[in-house]
Amino acid sequence: MKKNGKKAFLSGFGQLTIPLIAIALLVVFNLIRDPGFFSIGISHNNNGNPVLSGNIIGIINGASELAVLAMGMTLVTAACGGQDISVGAAAAIAGSVFVKVLKSGSAINAGTVILAFVMACIVAMLFGTFNGTLVAVFKIQPMIATLILYTCGRSIAYWINGGATPTVSSPILSGIGSFIPGVPIPTPVLIVVAMAILFKLLFHFTALGLFTQSVGINGSAARLNGINATFIKLLSFIILGVCVAVSGCIGVSRLGLINHETLLIDIEMDTILAVAIGGNSLGGGKFKLSGSIIGAYVIQMLTITLYAMKVPSTDVKAYKAIVIVLLVVIGSPVIKERFGRWISRLAERRRKVSAKGAEE
Amino acid sequence: MQEESLLTMRRIDKRFPGVLALNGVDFTLRKGEIHALMGENGAGKSTLIKVLTGVYQMDGGEIRVEGEKVSIHSPQDAQNAGISTVYQEITLCPNLTVAENMFIGRSRGAWVRQNKLEERADEILTKLGIPARSTQLLGSCSLAVQQMVAIARAVDMQCKVLILDEPTSSLDDKEVKQLFDLMRDLKKQDVGIIFVTHFLDQVYEVSDRITVLRNGELVGEYLTEELPQLQLVSKMIGKELEELSNLGDSEEEKIMQPEVFYEAEGLSSTEALPFDFSIRKGEVNGFTGLLGSGRSESVRAIFGADKVTGGTVKINGKPVKIQRPIDAMKHGIGYLAEDRKRDGIIAELSVRENIILALQVMNGMWRPISRSESESFADEYIKVLNIKTASRETPVGSLSGGNQQKVILARWLLTHPDYLILDEPTRGIDVGTKLEIQKLVLKLAEEGVSVTFISSEVEEMLRTCSRLIVMRDRHAVGELTGKDLNQTQVMKTIAGGES
Repeated sequence: MKKNGKKAFLSGFGQLTIPLIAIALLVVFNLIRDPGFFSIGISHNNNGNPVLSGNIIGIINGASELAVLAMGMTLVTAACGGQDISVGAAAAIAGSVFVKVLKSGSAINAGTVILAFVMACIVAMLFGTFNGTLVAVFKIQPMIATLILYTCGRSIAYWINGGATPTVSSPILSGIGSFIPGVPIPTPVLIVVAMAILFKLLFHFTALGLFTQSVGINGSAARLNGINATFIKLLSFIILGVCVAVSGCIGVSRLGLINHETLLIDIEMDTILAVAIGGNSLGGGKFKLSGSIIGAYVIQMLTITLYAMKVPSTDVKAYKAIVIVLLVVIGSPVIKERFGRWISRLAERRRKVSAKGAEE
Repeated sequence: MQEESLLTMRRIDKRFPGVLALNGVDFTLRKGEIHALMGENGAGKSTLIKVLTGVYQMDGGEIRVEGEKVSIHSPQDAQNAGISTVYQEITLCPNLTVAENMFIGRSRGAWVRQNKLEERADEILTKLGIPARSTQLLGSCSLAVQQMVAIARAVDMQCKVLILDEPTSSLDDKEVKQLFDLMRDLKKQDVGIIFVTHFLDQVYEVSDRITVLRNGELVGEYLTEELPQLQLVSKMIGKELEELSNLGDSEEEKIMQPEVFYEAEGLSSTEALPFDFSIRKGEVNGFTGLLGSGRSESVRAIFGADKVTGGTVKINGKPVKIQRPIDAMKHGIGYLAEDRKRDGIIAELSVRENIILALQVMNGMWRPISRSESESFADEYIKVLNIKTASRETPVGSLSGGNQQKVILARWLLTHPDYLILDEPTRGIDVGTKLEIQKLVLKLAEEGVSVTFISSEVEEMLRTCSRLIVMRDRHAVGELTGKDLNQTQVMKTIAGGES
């Protein structure tokens, strides 16, 4: 009984082993390097509200956009066996729409912010539908299909606000981008939690998880079991669209302006990486959302650690690459298989010893 | 033994999580011998073969080739030791040409003349009588021809030991004969052949010796001529089988005429020519015919698996539209596809998830089956169908072929279909499971479920079906019932004695 429980525990855990070990190593490394690295303090922000501060808060906060995108990307990856590389560009479009709507009203109040967010969502979902149609209906490889929006997305974002980079300022926006008065936790972190719960509910109250994995693993069999594979793939892109809008709006609210050139630049590769570090196969099929979220925090923690070590920003990417190569190799099927064999050999030896002991 | 032993495997152990797949198995192959490896599903045949060919690493034991100990850690090692394999599932590359497939991974230098290879390939193909051209894409050949190309590849590698894992399961009689001629040829050249199959007749036709495995253990090695067929079967399933002959005695009862459940007129799809078809409640019928005769294509049209292009369909007398699989499912039709690996299992998902899949699809996305409910469904069918799996959460891909098939059967049974189409449910499955599936079909029919049963083994269909539709060249050429349901009549109709 106990053994079975342990086995189930290990197998459920398996996929998360690598990202969790990565986090643990980064934590230990930082503790050794600087015991004060993880101290959390309470400071007062510009508005005089008490808020949590410290490196760890910075990391969790900073990874918010990435974590939200990684959730959506996981779904697209699982269903389509490919990735959407246009998320950064699409987020710039969503952010531009967000600002455009905010600017068009006379004053910024809760109503206009919600309206602006809804509009950003709709636009991002439309672009998701565009990508999804290319992939699901026309069967174009996801990376090629989304290359189109990747290429032209930031130009579209440029047109939306007539080439300007307008600023928006409002207590509501700073509430979204940093802190809500009276709440010491950064709002983007709360948004990530909310998104994670939404996804959890989605998988609980629909059979989307089963259908997505079936389509990703064996499209032909899924079709013959009555699953509308085209719809499932399209849906994954539309859901990713929502994630894009959310992360785009977080990004805009943080800065208080939209810069179509720099908003969430290069985030698509980090997003794909987060999915991979989370132990999800980039070839589609089985997936674990929690893995991708942890993956996002691993990437952010790595970046911040490097900055804290005073690595020049020009060199950070190179160091990041080294760590990522290690992670990916450790998580590779070859190493996993060897490790698994080693474990089973150990178990075997132990069994033999105990059997011998029992005989005696 | 006087004959020189070519390959000896001693005390081979292989363990998978939760399962001891091979337990101290011995196997001996002599020069110029065709040696049949027999056993039920999960008896360990495929595992033994995969250990021998380096796909799996054995956990204990030793392998000797011509007396010398060899260590095989990869398919390359096996090839170097002179061991070549043709697997049950074809493992060549469909998007390369026939010639490329035959020489892939074994050209000596980087600079090989393409046309030289093609010439050589054509030479071999002609010699073996394989109807394919070297420049053709492999994917454009029929399954049967792909299989034969795989064999040609192995033959051309000058192997000492040739392993044929279910080579005949997708070949028709003529092709099987060609293959057997080829095997006898190779035998004369001192090649040792390990022949894994489920077709007992073929074993007796071609093999010299038989090794039987059961539950990962060796049952024994026998000279083929000294082991009667019935005894072989009972050694494989480990019990006596009067049951086998008793099946299908209830034929007389089948002559009742309940109402028609499904009726199609001029039904056609992109793959099937227009045909008429109907089936009564509780009736078991079959489509028979050679490979490529259109039997699978016809049932696929019924289920909407290929794009339906015309015809009218009535269910319980009411006209319905079945364009896609989901339409058919909503009208109570289930379809177990011919190609289990490609169209059946979702390999990486668990047994439980595979079992509930079709029911979940019918429920729709918004009404998920709860975890506890799905667990009890899975447990129920694992028990009812006697599915051998470590647990309900085991990925279905790690089960043996017969058990995978049972999982898919469970999937459709769970939807409580009115009409179940089973396309080759017994292909690549051991005798015991075949019997179980045949019994299940009859039991379903008794409960009023209509069943269409397709099998390459005519005998199996005669045993279960009360009506046989014979197809040739994509047309139905005859319908056999009652007295006409016998092997000779079926053969005659297939061959075109009447139409």
